Amino acid sequence: MSILTLIICCPLLAALLLAFVPRSFRVAMRAVAVLATLVSALLAVIMFLLFNGADVSATGYRFEQQIAWVSALGISYHVGVDGINVGLVLMGAIVAFAAACVAWEIKEREKEFYILLLVMAGGILGAFASLDLFFFYFFHELALVPTFIMIGVWGRGERKNYATFQITIYLSIGALLALVGLIALYLQAGANTFDIPALTRHIFDEQHALSPGAQHFIFPLLLFGFGILVSLWPFHTWAPLGYGSAPTATAMLHAGVLKKFGLYGLIRLALPLLPGEAQSWMPLLAWLCLGNLVYCGWVAMRQKDFNRLVGYSSVAHMGFVFLGIASLTLIGITGAVLVMIAHGFLAALMFGLSGYLFQQTGTLQMADLGGLLRRLPFIGAALMLGAFAGCGLPGFANFAGEITVLFGAWTVFPHVTILACWGALIIGAVYALRAVRSMLHGPLPEKWAGVADAPHLWRKAPFILLLACLMIFGCFPGLLVEKIRPSADQIVKMVHVGQPSSPGGVLVTQASRDR
Amino acid sequence: MNIGLLIHEWLVVSLALGVLLVDLWLPQSAKRNLGYAAVLGVGAILFYSLLAVRLPSAEATQYAFGNMYALDGLALFFKRFFLLAAIIVLLMSVEFAERITAGIGEYYALILFALSGMLFASSANNFALLFVSLELITVTFYVLTSFERGRLASLEAGVKYLIIGALSTGFTVFGIALVSGISGKMNFGDLAAVADNFSANKIFLFGLVFVIAGIGFKIAVFPFQVWVPDVYQGAPSPTTAFLAVGSKAAGFVLLLRVLFLAVPAITAQWANLLIILSGITILYGNLCAIPQRNVKRLLGYSGIAHAGYVLLGVAALSTAGRAAVLYYLTGYLFTVLGAFTVICLVMLRLNDEDIRGFAGLNRRSPLLAASMTLAMVSLAGIPPMAGFFGKFLLLKAVIEQGAVHPGYYCLAFTTLAGVVISLYYYFGVVRAIYWSEEPADLSPIQVSKPIRVTLYGCMAGMFFLGLFPGALVNLAAEAVRVLR
Repeated sequence: MSILTLIICCPLLAALLLAFVPRSFRVAMRAVAVLATLVSALLAVIMFLLFNGADVSATGYRFEQQIAWVSALGISYHVGVDGINVGLVLMGAIVAFAAACVAWEIKEREKEFYILLLVMAGGILGAFASLDLFFFYFFHELALVPTFIMIGVWGRGERKNYATFQITIYLSIGALLALVGLIALYLQAGANTFDIPALTRHIFDEQHALSPGAQHFIFPLLLFGFGILVSLWPFHTWAPLGYGSAPTATAMLHAGVLKKFGLYGLIRLALPLLPGEAQSWMPLLAWLCLGNLVYCGWVAMRQKDFNRLVGYSSVAHMGFVFLGIASLTLIGITGAVLVMIAHGFLAALMFGLSGYLFQQTGTLQMADLGGLLRRLPFIGAALMLGAFAGCGLPGFANFAGEITVLFGAWTVFPHVTILACWGALIIGAVYALRAVRSMLHGPLPEKWAGVADAPHLWRKAPFILLLACLMIFGCFPGLLVEKIRPSADQIVKMVHVGQPSSPGGVLVTQASRDR
Repeated sequence: MNIGLLIHEWLVVSLALGVLLVDLWLPQSAKRNLGYAAVLGVGAILFYSLLAVRLPSAEATQYAFGNMYALDGLALFFKRFFLLAAIIVLLMSVEFAERITAGIGEYYALILFALSGMLFASSANNFALLFVSLELITVTFYVLTSFERGRLASLEAGVKYLIIGALSTGFTVFGIALVSGISGKMNFGDLAAVADNFSANKIFLFGLVFVIAGIGFKIAVFPFQVWVPDVYQGAPSPTTAFLAVGSKAAGFVLLLRVLFLAVPAITAQWANLLIILSGITILYGNLCAIPQRNVKRLLGYSGIAHAGYVLLGVAALSTAGRAAVLYYLTGYLFTVLGAFTVICLVMLRLNDEDIRGFAGLNRRSPLLAASMTLAMVSLAGIPPMAGFFGKFLLLKAVIEQGAVHPGYYCLAFTTLAGVVISLYYYFGVVRAIYWSEEPADLSPIQVSKPIRVTLYGCMAGMFFLGLFPGALVNLAAEAVRVLR
């Protein structure tokens, strides 16, 4: 049995176990949830350390496991990792553990909450590890539906119901569009298999590229279906309100991990399997990503509620990933994956901290808060570090990823890159630092005198863990880059196959040779 | 004659007659338990069918009564389907017995007669048998629908069903008269051989459309769906459940036989008609379900929507599509019967089936709450339940045909719109169970052992079909091999 199967099954089995635990065993439920995600995170760390990019198997994936499921349709349970998703699985498992740790704020119907949280965690990890189109979607849906329920039931704020319906409808439409795209991809490829490596082999090694007409139809479905899931501008409006209304753990898992599913799908499927259309859509995507980076950043500046601000900033950060993908260069795509991982930790950290603040003060209106650093030295410091990471300070993983993306995009879209730099570095710094000032510095209003810092190590642990990950990968981005690069190179080569004369293709192959 | 082929029908009819006879001598207090005897009888027939009834080979069709009656893979699949549905419905009726003031024995017997009608329908290979089996189903349902004689709503439902049913019978007979009058053939096989000659004959096509309309009433496809909400709401819950699963599936097996055995050449030209019917049915059912507060009415509209989903597989005009129809109906059986069992128990002592009746169900009976939630999740098509894989197969079949006819892509997107809309009202039910404001009644609900087993069985079925679809996918593909 592959270690990946264990990583996925741990939370799912724990969810099943919790279904049989009596409602009154509150501590046991917390313990099971935290333990299951911890085991899963530790296994993910082991897998990450064991992953040796230079020694990949023939298909390019490691820790593979394949079990036939519906052989008549060519569906099988197939998991495996290469450089692209090994980091994502690690990030997902760590964030799931952190989310389970901060779930102590949930005081009612804990049983259902923990079951849903564990199902969500298992689904996310399964989606990232799957090498089968069907299970890829299946696991994502398994994680997505609990999100809606958690927001609807344990959410906060007056507009909770509206937020629930908005996020449900938006994301269901996105997911279903992607489903149609995936089914069409399966049918048009004509290999009668949902297996991603087999499809890739069929399309590239055996030269059965999809017809231009089919690509023309499928690519927009995948781009916009996945794009809605990732809050691509102008389909982002569900995100700030949804995250603002979600319980802390849900926001952490969704903004941090589940949202990356769409990006992963674009990189893993849409780009390499539909190369012709990918090339023609990328300039548009590059301009759309400015909507994320500049427009949503601008909107974030105007937010009065801290949670909404974090929501908009997480939408804005998605712009980097889209820019990296749009560049279709080795450097750009490597950077995009790096940003995905870094942002996963960062978004989880920020939503975790804002959840803590909300739990202490009952409000996240920045005008009402102030001077909290004196009362909350640990939480305040963590928040400041998070804000620094968000505006791209060197030393955090975000910096490494963002700078790589910008380098990669410069060769292809110089104008967009210039605007993106502005959006990212100036606007990002303005809203992040302004939030820090108005909440942490200045006079401390009387009413917050009773606010308490995280009391013991157990409460601090999730934040320390996330910050540590941000800094480790920030100081040693090579840990990730050396794993991502060979796989990203593979994908870039597939995108440019068949169009050797295109300028981007020559540039990229040169670039990859240089490295 | 080959009477041995009709073994299922013989056994069920004798069982029904036996129930009627025994009912005469049983004391009043014991009549209710007659239902368990009927369950055991049907269970034994199902067991026998699974164990002993074999086809000589997958493609071989055996005929009886001068080719009127056909026993093939498709017929056998649906016979077992109907037997299973009847078992669950009978168990439900035993629980429902306390609301039926008189004649519970007859209620069981009528369910068995309706079952025999469905068994005949699954083997119909001739317009005469099609009509007779449809009538056998419909006439028994007139009585089953209005069985709660003391309740006005039940009587009203019975009258409505009678009027609409009579109308649809009229359509069917008229259509059959035109078709056989023009072609001179009653047998599906004979008709298929000559149908090509009549593909331009307006009267022939007109007749065919009328036959399809008559079947459309059973399936509740747009525009023949008007009776569904009122009848579903007014009829006793077990009747509604049997209508929702048995009668609908019988309509589908007849539709499949007429379209793909009697007139395959003409069906191939009807892609547009089927696409439009299916799309409108999906949208109509889902949109109308949104404002419903009565659970049975809500499931009625959702049943219309699901008829539209199943019709996707028919509209796809492909083997994969027809196999998906069988798969989806099987998943639907477990899901809907599970949901109606819960409704039947929870609403037993309430006057109306308002959705508020579910308030606090998770505290009154966790088993019922869990079954209902899983049923709603499966109906909404969320993994890992049966409904998800069924919808996946249907969508796949439809998109597969998109290359032939772009209308199929529109149909796929209509389906997606329907699925998104349906999330709203299915989750409304789940919300009513777990998160209602102030539950009026928190007394625990006693769940008898047989019902407990039924609910576990339905849940197991929903999970099994969702998690291990391979076996049924193969079975369904085998069963539809007789269709062209």
